[in-house]
Amino acid sequence: MEELIRDNREKNEFLVHRSVFTDKEMLARERAEIFNKCWLFIGHETEVPEKGDYKRKKVGGRNLLLVHSQDGEIRALYNTCPHRGALVARENEGNSRVFRCFYHAWSFKNDGQLNGMPGKDGFPDDFNCEGTKDMKAVNRLESYRGFMFVNFDDQAVSLEEYLADAKEYIDLAADQSEAGLEVLGGVQQYSVRANWKLLAENSVDLYHGMPTHKTYFDIKQAQDPDLKRVKLEGRGKDLGNGHAVMEYVAPWGRPVAQWTPIWSEDLKQDMEKMKEKLVERFGEERADRIANYNRNIIIFPNLVINDIMAITARTFYPSSPGYMEVSGYSLAPKGEDAEHRMARNNNFLEFLGPGGFATPDDNEALELCQEAYNNNQEVQWNDISKGMVRGEENAMATDELQMRSFWRQYKVRIEESMKKEVAQT
Amino acid sequence: MTVAALTRQDVIDFLYQEAKLLDEWKLKEWAALFTDEGTYKVPPIGEPDASPTESLFYVHDNRSRLQERAERLLKKEAHVEYPHSTTLRNYHNILVSGLESDVITVECNFTTHRTKREVLDTFVGKHTYEIVQQNGELAIKSKKVVLYLDSLRPHGKISLIL
Repeated sequence: MEELIRDNREKNEFLVHRSVFTDKEMLARERAEIFNKCWLFIGHETEVPEKGDYKRKKVGGRNLLLVHSQDGEIRALYNTCPHRGALVARENEGNSRVFRCFYHAWSFKNDGQLNGMPGKDGFPDDFNCEGTKDMKAVNRLESYRGFMFVNFDDQAVSLEEYLADAKEYIDLAADQSEAGLEVLGGVQQYSVRANWKLLAENSVDLYHGMPTHKTYFDIKQAQDPDLKRVKLEGRGKDLGNGHAVMEYVAPWGRPVAQWTPIWSEDLKQDMEKMKEKLVERFGEERADRIANYNRNIIIFPNLVINDIMAITARTFYPSSPGYMEVSGYSLAPKGEDAEHRMARNNNFLEFLGPGGFATPDDNEALELCQEAYNNNQEVQWNDISKGMVRGEENAMATDELQMRSFWRQYKVRIEESMKKEVAQT
Repeated sequence: MTVAALTRQDVIDFLYQEAKLLDEWKLKEWAALFTDEGTYKVPPIGEPDASPTESLFYVHDNRSRLQERAERLLKKEAHVEYPHSTTLRNYHNILVSGLESDVITVECNFTTHRTKREVLDTFVGKHTYEIVQQNGELAIKSKKVVLYLDSLRPHGKISLIL
């Protein structure tokens, strides 16, 4: 078996073989061992608040339909007609009691049940008595604090067990609002011409913050003359099952609740009240953590929740080794007042997203990695060792423990597959 | 002194100049075309009339942020645009209205090509400008860019100014 990940704790060296970013066979193995078996983020429950609400979702390479059925349950239906396979729902989102496939006009209730079709006399009386002609639902759909996940493996452990210590960090984001979080409109659908694992790494990599995003921090410094020195400091932590977090202080404002001088004095008073409220609810220490610390969380394999200058969730999936599709969500407290929401959204857009001052530079870094991996034959290994020398329990946020946690889990899952000739589901 | 009445062609020439400045990476000069309250916005794809508090825009720049955007892109550390990409902007189907009023509205279709590292991406959509006269010159009060795309795939980003 070819060794892909070298985790040498004696030498404090961690290496990843670059073929994992370029090899088509690896992608097939990832689909079989990772995307077909891990919990994958599908969306937030506030995207389909009312009965009949639906939204098309691509998850793990599938075409799904997230729907709030008439019986009150939220389901993920495979968006394919049980008759001949055509995509049933063609609009990206909407509200409907019935879905109708246009090809032969079979129609389905919004829980997937076959409702009717033309030419019934051509079918036996007990047609669909076993429900095999209903739109099929993903068997496993579970949610945690409003974040919904699916799993294509019926034998998978529960979502809560899978999330392990990541739950605590999802809580810190969700606890910012007593009313709960909601997803904003305008989910950002973009792509990167690079391997998907590079974005997993990049999202929990504080080491690149200063060199890659210097222009952003220059702007922050200009906005806040009192900012003597941009500080990015904190801890890195393994959360189990491949999940990891970095928790740190940073020079930007946080809508709940760290004021920054580009915001109004009114907002400052508002945010002080917000902080007091957090102290009442959670005590001084946890309130300080919620309000003043930033967290970038990777939930293995392909969900990132960044609770930073705004809250974003991003999920990504490879259509080939060198190309991924990304969906970027923004989450905010339900019922947030307009001034506050505007400050939050401006904060988001200044750094994050395809039109931000930072995300496009990340995109470029990832694409340059991918481009230069055509030297893989001769230059074979990536180094992810930073901080090992300190001992993993002492990792700083600017160390690479977060990435090692991801890769250690990857190694466990892929090695299982390497025992087989070819990728098998 | 009589001031010659503004013509449709004057407005169109002004927009062609704007496109030229962007194509030539004269971004500070581009920013200088805006009024002190000028704005530059790109609403989410498929939601041209979205509210900026309820939906996430791609770009929602006030005057100071559009200046920051222009200046950032000229820096070597704006990695995504270093070395600069090659861009070509075309404006078509230009409709000018309100020539006689304080605020002139212009709608046009646009095609913006960007190539870098031998990858060509094309952005298409509709620009809506509000244009005013100040100190005898035309100036942009607002520029709104509605993308006519299904998603930012395969573009991946809006690193250039549209």
